[in-house]
Amino acid sequence: MLIYTYAAIAVPFLLVLLLVRPAGWYLAKAFDYNPTGLDRLFGPLERLIYRIGGHPRHNQTWRDYAVSLVLVNTVMLMLAYLVFRLQGQLPLNAAGLPGMRPDLAFHTAVSFITGSNLQHYSGESGLSYLSQMMAVVFLMFAAPATSLAAAMACIRALADKPLGNFYVDLVRALTRVLLPAAFVLALVFVALGTPQTLEPAVTAQTVDSGTQTIARGPVGSFVAIKMLGTNGGGFFGANSAHPYENPGALSNLLQIVLMLLIPAAIPLAYGRMTGHARHGRVLFIAMGLLLLLLVGALLAAEHAGNPALQALGLQQEQGSMEGKENRFGVAQSAVYTAVTTASETGAVNTMHDTLSPIGGLVALISMLLNTVFGGIGSGFMNVLLYAIVAVFLSGLMVGRTPEFLGKKIEVREMKLIAVTLLITPLLVLVPSAWAVAAHADTISSPGFHGLTQAVYEFASAAANNGSGFEGLADNTRFWNTATGVVMMLGRYVPILLLLAIAASLSVKRLVPQTSGTFRTDTGLFGVVFVAAVLIVGALTFFPVLALGPIAEHLSLWQR
Amino acid sequence: MRTIYASLRLSLLLMLVCGLFYNMAVTGIAQVIMPERADGSLLQDGEGTIIGSSLIGQLFTDPGYFQSRISSTGYAADASGSTNYAPTHPDLAARVDRSLADWRQANPEVPAGQVPGDLLTQSASGLDPHISPEAAYAQIPRISRLSGIAQDELRALVERHTEGRVLGFLGEPVVWLLPLNLDLDARKEQ
Repeated sequence: MLIYTYAAIAVPFLLVLLLVRPAGWYLAKAFDYNPTGLDRLFGPLERLIYRIGGHPRHNQTWRDYAVSLVLVNTVMLMLAYLVFRLQGQLPLNAAGLPGMRPDLAFHTAVSFITGSNLQHYSGESGLSYLSQMMAVVFLMFAAPATSLAAAMACIRALADKPLGNFYVDLVRALTRVLLPAAFVLALVFVALGTPQTLEPAVTAQTVDSGTQTIARGPVGSFVAIKMLGTNGGGFFGANSAHPYENPGALSNLLQIVLMLLIPAAIPLAYGRMTGHARHGRVLFIAMGLLLLLLVGALLAAEHAGNPALQALGLQQEQGSMEGKENRFGVAQSAVYTAVTTASETGAVNTMHDTLSPIGGLVALISMLLNTVFGGIGSGFMNVLLYAIVAVFLSGLMVGRTPEFLGKKIEVREMKLIAVTLLITPLLVLVPSAWAVAAHADTISSPGFHGLTQAVYEFASAAANNGSGFEGLADNTRFWNTATGVVMMLGRYVPILLLLAIAASLSVKRLVPQTSGTFRTDTGLFGVVFVAAVLIVGALTFFPVLALGPIAEHLSLWQR
Repeated sequence: MRTIYASLRLSLLLMLVCGLFYNMAVTGIAQVIMPERADGSLLQDGEGTIIGSSLIGQLFTDPGYFQSRISSTGYAADASGSTNYAPTHPDLAARVDRSLADWRQANPEVPAGQVPGDLLTQSASGLDPHISPEAAYAQIPRISRLSGIAQDELRALVERHTEGRVLGFLGEPVVWLLPLNLDLDARKEQ
């Protein structure tokens, strides 16, 4: 049986390894402002969009770039908010669903424009087909396009090139990457069994003489961009555990590969664009090894089963099956869980609340680190941040001014980095404390697990992951507003600060590389990078993790 | 002001392209080249009545059928999800304890300690169409007693409906319940 577990890990990762180099090459090409062959292919469509949508020409300063990004995202947020509020009056609403309440509409719109996809509603009963398409799918394209654009601007700045133009980057991310790929993938998902229809739910006469109302909809096109764009929000309440949203082992495999593909390709594109290909590869390998570590821990924890049920006399040889689907089993569920939290996608094929304490701990850590590939663009910006921290720490140790890609890291950059590093702990710990103190009635689990539920929800929001521990009565004014604000800050503050850091480095003179320079393209750098991620990222949260999942694990296994 | 107007214009355009054109194009093509899957892989009986979807699990309460996993929604395919009990949640242990008591009553032939874990736990979707082969075999003594069909014959029936791993190595072997129970019905009518 062990061999199948290894296959469950090996197959998706080998596929990603196979695809990631061409994908990295393609990304670097797609965002190259010099004329390339792609201009001929995508030029007509882009020119059409520019003609109707307005033609941006000039390079922007980082401030202009940031303002454009926030402005466009704000407009998109408001458009989606309107659709959610007004869906009762809009067409394609066969189920006759009413508009969303203001706080839920705000939360949902923020959730999708920030790429988080935290959902405090259930797709079947919460959204009309029109809302699913015009608001949710639209934002599922717009959010990764936005963060991919921002990451590309950062990379250009580090490569000593002009920053570029946000509108051009946004359109290119859509026309050259997300739209064509999602289109093909949507048809693949339908071929694997995902429905794609505008017909309403159908009622079946079941075999055991009952009836069953089967919800369906335009799911294939939804799932394609949900996975490719590391969005993760579900068409149905059960997300990728729903048999329509993830019909079998093949669709599951494809979803795992898609969650990793673009996030893993970005470091390679970065290496290519900055002329430091080896440095990009070192980052890729370091993150890949971290991910394997997380997958291994999760698998072992879920395979162990639940001793409390074992004690009652229920066999646990399959591992812990509560909250898992039989067609995936423990192995495919554990790999999916590690990948969805590491890539900040947030799609779930397993109910994360039912994970073993250590399984939940791994999922939580993957989100909090936010650097094991991470979501499209935003994850890589975090990786850059930790790479600079790694260089800085090494510089401190040898008493030399640290340099990153030939640029001196000085007080201004380190101040900005320190602020960015403090955001996640602030956004997770403070509101969690508030929730536990003032809204304990909305937390369903007693004991240590209850704390984990609250921390998980805010970690998911702050890291823009969007998977839920659920088990929270989270469709309340408090949870909608609090996580909505956390998602916004967790998304835009790091993007803006990273743009500022990259721009600040870009105006500096190149320092010639000498024998004393700490090289960033070696295994040693990889080790320092991983150490920086673990020490700075994970230690911050150790106290709360000890009180939550670790304490729960000890209490579960001591009997 | 001009940038706000430009942002609004671009956003509206992208909303149409990504929200409407993309979804409609995929729907149109999928409906033409694979309508059966695009409609949800629905199954019909001889008279054309829809009896379910080949992907969605159903509730089987009659003890004469192979029974599906526990589902807090009762296999409501318009409200997917489960109750999300954490491993340490006291309600989980209580629920499993009740299920085991029910099992002992309905299946005196098979000791409760030999019940595979998937059968008495909830799936993530509450719509799991499968059970594990072990969970099917554990139900054979009961069904044989109630239907009078020999255990060996039932065993062969289960084997016929066991789906191996995809491509030989992906996922887990499972028994698809709906056609298994349909075949069981057909056998009972003989």
